[in-house]
Amino acid sequence: MTTKLVVDCSTGVVEEVELTEEELAQREADRIAFEAAEAARLAEEAEKAAKKAELLAKLGITEDDAKLLLS
Amino acid sequence: MPVTYKKIASVTVGAGGAASIDLTSIPATYTDIHCVFSIRGSQAQVYQQLQITFNNTTTGYSQRNLYGDGSTAVSNSLSGNHFFTDGVGANATVSTFGNGSIYVPNYAGSTNKSASLDLVTENNATLAYTQLYALLWSNTAAITSLKITAGSGTLNQHSTAVLYGISKS
Repeated sequence: MTTKLVVDCSTGVVEEVELTEEELAQREADRIAFEAAEAARLAEEAEKAAKKAELLAKLGITEDDAKLLLS
Repeated sequence: MPVTYKKIASVTVGAGGAASIDLTSIPATYTDIHCVFSIRGSQAQVYQQLQITFNNTTTGYSQRNLYGDGSTAVSNSLSGNHFFTDGVGANATVSTFGNGSIYVPNYAGSTNKSASLDLVTENNATLAYTQLYALLWSNTAAITSLKITAGSGTLNQHSTAVLYGISKS
């Protein structure tokens, strides 16, 4: 059973409420969307790191050298 | 001296965990609101993805992000059905939490809502996050509810959220 905590700020009353079918479906859709976005982000980061390493190798300098040049 | 910073509500997640914390019926009597939260979730990552939603509305959210993960500084932009941030996930050091807050000026006004969010996660390893986000909710409705949802898994026991109201005088 998946629940949510609902706080009525006008009264301070806290209720633990079971999620509806619609809310459960939304959670699943959000989870799938998040995992896809996360995979895309990680792929982009890996691609960026590979390109950076390739460029440094081509220039024959280290990352610290590059930082020094740009400082 | 007038009280200009007042606790509206607070909640702590119990033993069973919870999918979300829903702060509802937020009174419109303050100038700004400030929600402070401390979250650990069950997502099998160092981070716990969190979504923040106003008025249960799933449109109009955009954000500019600046964050560090212990080795890299990143800036990016996101838009979607919620605001996105993180707490601490199941793979972070045991019993640590992610602590953050969202500040919403003029939350009851009739213009689009800008907000700021800051957050840090705790982990006894290199990978831990610091985040500073500029948020925009393109919606002119007064904010009457604020929901913090675990994007995956659930919010663990002892996670908390406290909502404060700020008055200009």
